[in-house]
Amino acid sequence: MGGLFSYFRNLLGSREMRILILGLDGAGKTTILYRLQVGEVVTTIPTIGFNVEQVTYKNLKFQVWDLGGQTSIRPYWRCYYANTDAIIYVVDSADKDRIGISKDELYYMLKEEELQGAILVVLANKQDMEGCMTVAEVHQALGLDALKNRTFQIFKTSAVKGDGLDPAMDWLSNALQNRK
Amino acid sequence: MAIKRDKKEEEDGGNMFQNLDKTSVLQDARTFNDTPVNPRKCTPILTKILFLLNQGEQLGTTEATEAFFAMTKLFQSKNPVLRRMVYLGIKELSNLAEDVIIVTSSLTKDMTGKEDLYRAAAIRALCSITDATMLQTIERYMKQAIVDKNPSVASAALVSSLHMSKTAGDVVKRWVNEAQEALNSDNVMVQYHALGLLYHIRKTDRLAVNKLVARLTSDRSNRLKSPFAFCMLIRIACKQLEKDGGDYSDSPLFGFVEACLRHKNETVTYEAAAAMVNLRNTTARQVSPAVSVLQLFCNSSKPALRFAAVRTLNKVAMTHPPVVTSCNLDLENLITDPNRSIATLAITTLLKTGAESAVDRLMKQIASFVSEISDEFKIVVVQAIRALCLKFPRKHNTLMTFLSAMLRDEGGLEYKASIADTIITIIEDNPDAKEIGLAHLCEFIEDCEHVSLAVRILHLLGKEGPKTIQPSRYIRFIYNRVILEIAVIRAAAVSALAQFGSLCPDLLPNILVLLARCQMDTDDEVRDRATYYHYILSLQEKGLIFNYIVDPMQICLVTLEKSLAQQVQEKSSTKFDLKSVPPAAVVTMTEDTAKEPVPEGSISTVPAKAPLIQSTVSSYAEKLQNVPGLQSIPGVLFHVSEPVELTESETEYFVTCTKLAFPNHLVLQFECKNTLSDQLLENVRVQVEASEGYRVVKEISIPRLPYNETHNAYVILQFPDQLALTVTNFGATLRFIVKDCDPTTGIPDADDGYDDDYMLEDVEISISDQIEKISMDKEAFDRAWETAIEDGFTESEDTFNLPGMGSLEQAVTKVVKFLSLEPTGLTRIADRSSVMLCMPGMFRGGIEVLIRAKLAVSNNGVSMQFTVKSAHPEVAELICAAVG
Repeated sequence: MGGLFSYFRNLLGSREMRILILGLDGAGKTTILYRLQVGEVVTTIPTIGFNVEQVTYKNLKFQVWDLGGQTSIRPYWRCYYANTDAIIYVVDSADKDRIGISKDELYYMLKEEELQGAILVVLANKQDMEGCMTVAEVHQALGLDALKNRTFQIFKTSAVKGDGLDPAMDWLSNALQNRK
Repeated sequence: MAIKRDKKEEEDGGNMFQNLDKTSVLQDARTFNDTPVNPRKCTPILTKILFLLNQGEQLGTTEATEAFFAMTKLFQSKNPVLRRMVYLGIKELSNLAEDVIIVTSSLTKDMTGKEDLYRAAAIRALCSITDATMLQTIERYMKQAIVDKNPSVASAALVSSLHMSKTAGDVVKRWVNEAQEALNSDNVMVQYHALGLLYHIRKTDRLAVNKLVARLTSDRSNRLKSPFAFCMLIRIACKQLEKDGGDYSDSPLFGFVEACLRHKNETVTYEAAAAMVNLRNTTARQVSPAVSVLQLFCNSSKPALRFAAVRTLNKVAMTHPPVVTSCNLDLENLITDPNRSIATLAITTLLKTGAESAVDRLMKQIASFVSEISDEFKIVVVQAIRALCLKFPRKHNTLMTFLSAMLRDEGGLEYKASIADTIITIIEDNPDAKEIGLAHLCEFIEDCEHVSLAVRILHLLGKEGPKTIQPSRYIRFIYNRVILEIAVIRAAAVSALAQFGSLCPDLLPNILVLLARCQMDTDDEVRDRATYYHYILSLQEKGLIFNYIVDPMQICLVTLEKSLAQQVQEKSSTKFDLKSVPPAAVVTMTEDTAKEPVPEGSISTVPAKAPLIQSTVSSYAEKLQNVPGLQSIPGVLFHVSEPVELTESETEYFVTCTKLAFPNHLVLQFECKNTLSDQLLENVRVQVEASEGYRVVKEISIPRLPYNETHNAYVILQFPDQLALTVTNFGATLRFIVKDCDPTTGIPDADDGYDDDYMLEDVEISISDQIEKISMDKEAFDRAWETAIEDGFTESEDTFNLPGMGSLEQAVTKVVKFLSLEPTGLTRIADRSSVMLCMPGMFRGGIEVLIRAKLAVSNNGVSMQFTVKSAHPEVAELICAAVG
């Protein structure tokens, strides 16, 4: 397959893109990572630390870091910010109580010097749950209107069902290629 | 790559890591953060970090944490070599860096993943970063790993579990079923490790261990295949045998060990043979099959087997001489073995068991190559010579010459000390050898580089020299030290001179001259000693000289210093009473502790056993000062008794009692442990039913006693005025408020608890709790004994019959244990049937006590004439009565 898409590879250079998946605990980060890698739902346990996998999407290779979202582990996110090309920020759309915390963590992170050039994808996950917030509501709750100087997009997804991940990844691939 | 490295090494002329600098290596470690990861660059850097750590380089917490987090980035590389180095790095840094749990998920994934190469190493790394609280989260994976089909994974999990059990014993205990299953594995290592873990978990439960061993050793189960597991099982079996005691002949365990002698694996056969000859209380007939095996090994073509066999025989030569004698012929053949270690051991074994006539021949043989063997084996030779001297006193001349020749050779402190020890033992044991021995030692200190040895020998010269026929000849040797040596030795020499001055009146004028010269010394200590001795000696007062030079008082210096400081601070007008200071603790080195065998049968690397900590009076006194409510007790802590358990060890609450005696008060310290995870205890106190005469002054309770914690409660009692009432029993009850709580968090479910109590065993107050041992040598004791009545001591005497005593030794140990005193010097055995025990002691309040017991074998047991002399008549009577 490599030969067919060598054109694109040349375009990007041989470097793998480095992507972080962040978000509060239980948002579905690990599920998304393995959905992207192996294409199916695996049973997960709370991530203590991180998972790192190589993900090939369409013709592109990504180095994806899924960092644990528990309060105790969030402080370590910053150890892994360097050289990051894109951030996938996962939000549990059904967790209305903690959307505020999620927002705080997002802005706290975006302020970091090392992430200034990183592209942001927000995933309003768990859209399969009843009574969850819509994309617009999540957009509103996170205050994404106020975001300046940042290439970003929000998508509705359901990692369990596999809905919405492809459009998000398509957009991300394009954005990364265009940035070049 | 390896070849390349070799080449490089040759160019550099040796170790490529030799000149590593910590800072630059840590600087290099930043490469780990680069993307993409370059395994060929990162692997050597990791190697360097590991090298530095193994060389003992200290990494600060920040440095270690930074390097650790940089290392976590390497998980993105799939390079197997690099990944395995990362595991090693994690293990090494796990206790230096902070927040190491960050790699938990990654390691958990690797240990359960498909890559077999990673799994075992990941388990080890994971267990090194996991503490007791985190272990629960990976428990499921550990259980799976223990029963994994891959032997390296199972072994890694089992060994890691063993390590984890140190910190999280309760969690690991739950994995028994998995370990049990692993025991059925076909792999030799897994079987061995599984047995190790199972034994470790059940170690404290004797019945469970018995069951485990019985099941594995029964004939029906042939599941155990691993020779290593067999060796371990033999060790466990022997431990159980020793613990159970009694006759081995009908024990199935002994049968099992014996059966192992016929095992087809040499390791197992040797292990069984060694275990059998090392067992205590075996009969000659029982060990003879084991000896035949060792004998066979002596003739083996493999040096390792020959060495093992001869080494074992050497060890048991003292305990089972007839056993070893039967191998003499084979040992003779080994004398000329090309392997020097085997030859040395063979000769020394023969020396221990051989006849007197053979000594000269063997000594000649060993002298031919003694310079070629290492210190360690030289010590073996020396020990053999020591045993020989005690056995054949007439041979001391040959042996002493040999020893002094060895003493002149080069050698380390341990080697020289063992020679000096041997000579000293010979001197003490054999009066004929005294003069020659002292002469050899004198010659040795002329050119001795070990300060501690020189000081010891000078002290010995001071003690023994004056009693020889011609004491003056030693003066020159001693005074030479004063001229030539460093301050420490000079001081010791001055003390030795003073001994001569006090014991040899005709030398006194000369000694005074020498001491006067020493007063000009440049060192304070030497000058002080010289002045002190000179002054006392020049007074020429016999009693004074005896009490302050020949046999100075042994008192606890720490307490003396404190008491004096207190005296000065309080500016009290009362005279300072030296008797209020407890005597120095006598350092007891019993046969048992000295020869405590290294516990076998555990595969962990835990140090054998923490050495018995001598509970000194002063360290207790310090501790008590910090307990509110205890400072007010008048007087100084005088005696601390051994802790006594008031509960069975596996009960809900575990209480031990330590009795602390003050001049007029008794403090009972109860160490209470709560072993119930679902209970929080509050206001824990021990209520004692004080017997007649005792008065409870105060109770100090434990406000809060959570699960698995140990705290102390105290009861302070006043001793009865009437001494006869002090020996008694108290009933004791543990009283507390129970609050049920959540076992995991320890937070009580409700605010109010309920009162409960728990019966404890009686606290026994005996005479030994009120007497502190003091050290005194035999002569001083005799002198004190003779003059006791003149000094106003009262004597109390009684004769007892000790029925049911098998032997004198048994009776002696019993009496000594009962009084918990130290018999001074060697107990004198007049002939085979009687013993005299002399025990000096100090009753609380500083009352001197001298005890003499004559024991003799009678028709029905042992009879004892027991005499006590004490400055206080009631004390003498009390002790006499207490013995009855």
